[in-house]
Amino acid sequence: MNQSFADLSPERLRALLHQMMLIRAFEEAAEQLYLQGLIHGTMHLSVGQEASAVGACAALRPDDYILSTHRGHGHCIAKGARVDLMMAEFFGKETGYCRGRGGSMHMADVETGNLGANGIVAGGVPMAAGVGLSIQMQRQDRVVLVFFGDGATNEGAFHESLNLAAIWNLPVIYFCENNQYAMSMAITRASKVEKLSDRACAYGIPGVTVDGNDLLAVYCATKEAVERARSGGGPTLIEAQTYRWKGHSKSDKQRYRTKEEVKAWQERDPIARLAQKMLEASLLTENDLQQLQADVDAEIAAAIEFAKASPEPDPATIFEGVYA
Amino acid sequence: MSRELTYAEAVREAIDLAMARDERVFLVGEDVGVYGGAFGVTDGLYQKYGPERVRDTPISEAVIAGVATGAALTGMRPIAEIQFMDFITLSMEQLVLQAAKLRFMLGGKVQVPFVLRTPAGAGTGAAAQHSESLENWFVHVPGLKVVMPSTPADAKGLLLASIEDPNPVIFVEHKLLYRTKGAVPEGYYTIPLSQTEVKRPGRDLTIVATSLMVVRALEAAERLAKEGVEVEVVDPRTLKPLDAEPIIRSVCKTGRVLIVHEACKTGGFGGELAAVIAESEAFDYLDAPIRRLAGLDIPVPYNRELERRMVPQVEDIVDAARRLVKEAR
Repeated sequence: MNQSFADLSPERLRALLHQMMLIRAFEEAAEQLYLQGLIHGTMHLSVGQEASAVGACAALRPDDYILSTHRGHGHCIAKGARVDLMMAEFFGKETGYCRGRGGSMHMADVETGNLGANGIVAGGVPMAAGVGLSIQMQRQDRVVLVFFGDGATNEGAFHESLNLAAIWNLPVIYFCENNQYAMSMAITRASKVEKLSDRACAYGIPGVTVDGNDLLAVYCATKEAVERARSGGGPTLIEAQTYRWKGHSKSDKQRYRTKEEVKAWQERDPIARLAQKMLEASLLTENDLQQLQADVDAEIAAAIEFAKASPEPDPATIFEGVYA
Repeated sequence: MSRELTYAEAVREAIDLAMARDERVFLVGEDVGVYGGAFGVTDGLYQKYGPERVRDTPISEAVIAGVATGAALTGMRPIAEIQFMDFITLSMEQLVLQAAKLRFMLGGKVQVPFVLRTPAGAGTGAAAQHSESLENWFVHVPGLKVVMPSTPADAKGLLLASIEDPNPVIFVEHKLLYRTKGAVPEGYYTIPLSQTEVKRPGRDLTIVATSLMVVRALEAAERLAKEGVEVEVVDPRTLKPLDAEPIIRSVCKTGRVLIVHEACKTGGFGGELAAVIAESEAFDYLDAPIRRLAGLDIPVPYNRELERRMVPQVEDIVDAARRLVKEAR
């Protein structure tokens, strides 16, 4: 086994590469559908951040939980969701994961442990402590990984949650996707600490910063944190440094950053990096790569067909789900 | 069999019974452990159930609500305490944007069964940041249930029903009720949520009151009875979802209604009650305008007399009722 691929088998690596490509294809298709007027509302794309979603979820078991963010399509796919049911949710259809009630910002797949994306910055962070406590009190050996962005680290709820998880030794992995901007606010303007993981010391827990565009680095750091949490060692704060290629949402004119900066980060494309590394190690051929892309494109095309053909929610059911 | 218990003892007994019966039930909040809660409500539970199930938190109201939400979402039955209802302002995001909406947003695929207990109300000289009655904020939020018991027996039965309920329930206790006594049945029983109760029957006037104001309305009714005025006192008990039918029926019978609550009048629950009555068939039976008697639209003052004047007292209810029975449409 090649040391630079940790404990991941060639089959697993190909599956993870496939997942990253699927996330990108899903989001690019979603954007096109939005521009064509087939999807309404807004969406927050994670193009360029695929390694952090896939690397983090690769270190989890199927029965582990995640809590996700408004930029959460990648997390959802990486945790095992089906792209056809996601696409149907985007279209607001009854067959979607949330029966068309949630849309992009509330995508969840409880069956695969995904307790949901969140429209509120840091919204999932306090809940993660509750999920961690639930695991601990039920004597389960699960963990919960909560994704959040750099912006969330300046919310008060972030502090309350990390502190509580630390003193109660909860099995929580706090996973910060630092994509450099909270909407237009650069993290360098929003925080004086050099690394966001430095904040871990305020809670007496381990903190680590990794290259968020390197799947293996993300996977290894998360694996270590997961092992710590699962064995009763408590929470960890992980900062994955990455970059979103697209604007914050559909309203973003991107006045706060330069084209050169975007281009420099695009040269660190997490998908191309993993593919290149696998090609060099002969774990993948150019043909395989083309086949993967063809597979992904076909999956997305089928998902769109499924979504288009699916029924709208029945207005008679409008009150369903307000109360159990 | 029943015996006399205080309201605080009734709440404690309900928690105790729920914890003994269901391992998923646990308590979480500030000073709920060894201290026994700021008002002594959870006294003794820490000694009985230990630190794992009676959990003291740091002063972190947002994460208390987050813990309740996250734990409820994944199989537990938390009872969270917010030490004073005023502090619930620090929990609003998790309660309003997460707990209330999760089930709906996720297409009905999850449940969030927790109870958040909190003491509200003025009358303790604690001034403007420790005396508020904020229940109507939560009445406005689909997905939350709001319960406000007025007697020890109701407090016990409604709390047990709230713990069994698969939804997030905001359970509002009143500080001045904690020491009031009443007959409380022994053992485990529930009083269904969303079930309005007529606390005293009468033919001349309906008073719809909540929480402490039910006790004051009953006292006022007693005095008015001596003057020959028979007041019907109606207690919604659950504010959301409201069981409106008994209220409407009562107003149809009496033709006059006085709504009494402690919270500030403007934007208070009384406005909602008045609208529900006015929109119903009871409108045709009204012999006088719907009247509201509520807290003044001011922060709760510290000075003893000013604080007293801010909140409806028994004599205020008696006066308002006397005026209303003489009014004609």
